[in-house]
Amino acid sequence: MESKSCVHIRQEWDIVGARQLGRERAKEIGFGTVDQARIATAISELARNIYLYAGTGKICFTIIDDLEHKGLQIIAKDDGPGIRDISQVMEDGYSTSGGLGAGLPGVKRLMDYFDVISEVNKGTEIRTAKWVR
Amino acid sequence: METIRLDLENYRNLLKEYLVTKDETALYRAEQFSKLSMQHNVSPEEIVHVHIEALKELYPDLPEAVDDSLNFLLEAMISYGLAYQEFTTLRQKQSELKSEISVAARMQETLLSTVKPDIRGLEIGAISVAANQMSGDYYHFVADKDDDTLGIAIADVIGKGIPAALAMSMIKYSMDSFPESQRNPSAILENLNRVVERNVDPSMFITMFYGLYNPNNETFSYASAGHEPGFYYHSRKNEFEEIEARGLVLGATEQAKYKQYERKIKKDDCIILLTDGVTECRLGDRFIERDEILEVIQTYIDLPAQEAVEQVYKHFERLQDFHFRDDFTLIIIRKNV
Repeated sequence: MESKSCVHIRQEWDIVGARQLGRERAKEIGFGTVDQARIATAISELARNIYLYAGTGKICFTIIDDLEHKGLQIIAKDDGPGIRDISQVMEDGYSTSGGLGAGLPGVKRLMDYFDVISEVNKGTEIRTAKWVR
Repeated sequence: METIRLDLENYRNLLKEYLVTKDETALYRAEQFSKLSMQHNVSPEEIVHVHIEALKELYPDLPEAVDDSLNFLLEAMISYGLAYQEFTTLRQKQSELKSEISVAARMQETLLSTVKPDIRGLEIGAISVAANQMSGDYYHFVADKDDDTLGIAIADVIGKGIPAALAMSMIKYSMDSFPESQRNPSAILENLNRVVERNVDPSMFITMFYGLYNPNNETFSYASAGHEPGFYYHSRKNEFEEIEARGLVLGATEQAKYKQYERKIKKDDCIILLTDGVTECRLGDRFIERDEILEVIQTYIDLPAQEAVEQVYKHFERLQDFHFRDDFTLIIIRKNV
């Protein structure tokens, strides 16, 4: 079974929409409350990054349920300025959050799978997933 | 008291015990549980989750609002958990950096190590302590077996820490590579000046004093590259005199010339060399006066030279609450014949 749904991020309010849709999908596939909260927080971070640095973009959710995995995949995609130095952005303590443990390293911690593809002046795509334990 | 286990059942029991007894013992165990959780990287939202589950088991008819509110709390804890995990990683990184620096510091120690030589008629005391792990101060003795002369170098990189230590290692290498025949203080400084000018960032300054003692004619010749002036101690008058020497700091211009000075050393008199870590000791908000430093040195000057420098160091260490802001180097050379 695979179904995809997306939320467009254009204004701060859309962050809440993305969280809500993500949480519903997470609940559907059987995540507990702690993981639901973690997934929602990861979505917040991804959506806020789009809102703050790219202006607009979208967050898409795919439920994955095959022989190997059961979980939720989240793809955050924008056509913004891109990330010049991904290694630096992924470094703890660098994040613009000012030591709040958030930012992309935070997303990576909250999720089980994490990958970034970014090109300067073209945009960023972050793929991340969490598996039901 | 039994050891605390990190699981739901244990938490439930602790909670139950507390709800019944309202006892400090249960609270003490809760504290232990929380410490154990941190040791096992259990995040706060997981503790809240365990709390909710335990509460539901103890009170199956828990009002919905209470359940919801606890889930609300769980959401509110997520960021704390993340911040804590980041903190843990950063702390680990910090200890890695620390051990890396201490390896470098040991290497520097080996590299810059110098032996106090036995020179006919001279007694030498020297101490050098870094403010941080790595030192930007440097002193070195060069004894010549053939003519019994003693070369003394003392230098200070303005700034401290790793950049200063790297620059200092370069000075040491350069000095080692100069031909042995070249013992003239002014020539040594002129050569070093060229090395520094070519290799060191212009924003970094190095000051240096180089002296050469010749026991055959009891003469001390010296030159200074902007270094903190040392002192000559007249033992008969019990007085200090500043050793005057003018010269530009190393690396300021390519063709700097260093004037060489000379003086006779009398029996029981001392030459005192230091870095600004000594003169820039702070007492609260103000720098200590040079006269105050001399008073301290005077107190200990009759001790054997090594003991004297150590006592002076201890004095200033206490004065500064055991925390030096700059590297501290002090050398006392006494002519005792």
